[in-house]
Amino acid sequence: MSTNTSTHHTSTIGAIGAPSRRNTELALLVFAVVIPVFAYANVGLAINDEVPTGLMGYGLGLGLLAGVGHLVVRKFAPYADPLMLPLATLLNGLGLVAIWRLDQSELLQSIKQAGTAAPRQLMYTAMGIALFIVVLIFLKDHRVLQRYTYISMVGALFLLLLPLVPGLGQNIYGARIWISVAGFSIQPGEFAKIVLAIFFAGYLMVKRDALALASRRFIGLYLPRGRDLGPILVVWAMSILILVFETDLGTSLLFFGMFVIMLYVATERTSWIVFGLLMSVVGAVGVASFEPHIQQRVDAWLDPMREYTLSRQGVAGHSEQAMQALWAFGSGGTLGTGWGQGHSELIRFAANSDFILATFGEELGLAGVMALLLLYALIVERGVRTALAARDPFGKLLAIGLSGAFALQVFVVAGGVMGLIPLTGMTMPFLAYGGSSVIANWALIGILLRISDTARRPAPAPAPNPDAEMTQVVRP
Amino acid sequence: MSELTLTVMRLGFLAVLWLFVIVAVQVIRSDLFGTRVTQRGSRRDAGRPQQAARQAAPPQQRQQSAGGRQRRGAPTKLVVSEGTLTGTTVALQGQTITLGRAHDSTIVLDDDYASSRHARIYPDRDGQWIVEDLGSTNGTYLDRTRLTTPTPIPLGAPIRIGKTVIELRK
Repeated sequence: MSTNTSTHHTSTIGAIGAPSRRNTELALLVFAVVIPVFAYANVGLAINDEVPTGLMGYGLGLGLLAGVGHLVVRKFAPYADPLMLPLATLLNGLGLVAIWRLDQSELLQSIKQAGTAAPRQLMYTAMGIALFIVVLIFLKDHRVLQRYTYISMVGALFLLLLPLVPGLGQNIYGARIWISVAGFSIQPGEFAKIVLAIFFAGYLMVKRDALALASRRFIGLYLPRGRDLGPILVVWAMSILILVFETDLGTSLLFFGMFVIMLYVATERTSWIVFGLLMSVVGAVGVASFEPHIQQRVDAWLDPMREYTLSRQGVAGHSEQAMQALWAFGSGGTLGTGWGQGHSELIRFAANSDFILATFGEELGLAGVMALLLLYALIVERGVRTALAARDPFGKLLAIGLSGAFALQVFVVAGGVMGLIPLTGMTMPFLAYGGSSVIANWALIGILLRISDTARRPAPAPAPNPDAEMTQVVRP
Repeated sequence: MSELTLTVMRLGFLAVLWLFVIVAVQVIRSDLFGTRVTQRGSRRDAGRPQQAARQAAPPQQRQQSAGGRQRRGAPTKLVVSEGTLTGTTVALQGQTITLGRAHDSTIVLDDDYASSRHARIYPDRDGQWIVEDLGSTNGTYLDRTRLTTPTPIPLGAPIRIGKTVIELRK
């Protein structure tokens, strides 16, 4: 505990060990399971006037998954953060309810957009928690990942390029970010996010001194040397290639943004953020000027009403989603229409995946969406806190990279659905329907919990100093 | 289902959701860990931080009193009396205190005359505190004499490292 007391110019800093907090986690977890069960009953009462028959099944299913997750954390990561698991469980549970609620819509059933999505999502959740458990059991120390720095780079590139392989990759509605294996559609980008964070953390840990120190000062900015610009240029080029060939703004923005965040944290140089913003603006504008799919997304963002009218007139390649989502938010107002009483199914395509936030916006209103965004913010905050507490630079960078990627993803999706930025084909972590997203994000939470367990574990008692025993003090 | 029931459920759900957020934030508030930073204020409230530090470390203290290692008249704290860190105190709890510019030292000296691992202060088996120079470039001085061997520290004797002076106090 306070044995490793150290000092600072103006303050005294002593270490405080945290208690394990597992019982707090359990209490919060029970709360996090009860809320979705309440919502589920509410949807049933609003739509069918009766408590849904599947209530016990979903409640027990979610409770069981959360309980198993908790027991594994108790056994294998006893000092881990008490908040992350309940927060993720709550978001996942609310997502399940919203997906089930959209399953009830006859409109969505008739266009094959929903109907059996909720049981599948519950299955994906089970797979996600299974991966979460595997991560906690087999990843005894996150520093092991450091050994796979360059293998991670190759792996991430492989995952990112998979959708471009002819025959394997699928072009679904303009974006080429899916692969199809044995009847399942997988978004490899979701997994690449984690693998890439491992690579960036390992790489920047080694190179950060060169990137931070060797620089010239120019108008208050540290300008890095030309050759140190190499890595950021490579990552930039890669994200531009993703943008051009997979026409997916979200994935591209996510990877470049994650790199810039980690670069900034590793080097403490604001100039990297300035460079990063400039480069992403140049890249996005440049690609948008010749890529029709991206262009169309930008047009739909600038004038969603025109897009809506064109779609209504039956012009191919246009969609009324964006406008319908905005209307959903609008009709929700401050307090929402209540579970099951909105009409977010009018979004039609992707109403339960990319656009699921609009359902929450309509049925829970501004108050509910704010609460959801705060839940995301709390997960990110716990991730950043983990990074602050981590003792090794690799763990710090990895935790920052993972929570940064998580935050960026929430921003890109929520911003897209609300019309703040052009729409991209990404999913709201945990809330949205989609196997890859749920599974990958549970793995991400698993890694963060592992780092936080290492960071919060009380430091072992300092080894007795052998010299002190040996030295004979000669007293005068 | 009546309109009233649904309205109550709608508002009730939002209330429960926000309650969860508030409870989560309360957990964060009670979940302080890692490092405790105590501002060095004026002399008047100098007693408070120490009290806080004592609360933070009950197990060690209990362990110590049980072991009976702390003798009467033994120093309980190390105080920096000159230099950039003036006023910093470190409670002596049987641990080795390292001094130097290395960032993992117990007391990190920001001093051009200090070596990265300059000196260390530790208790011997009898609980007597010893200062030892770790082969520093500019030397460690106890009173006016440069240390060559590990030497017991009398109470209040100034130990000088570069511009920093520290002493042990009760």
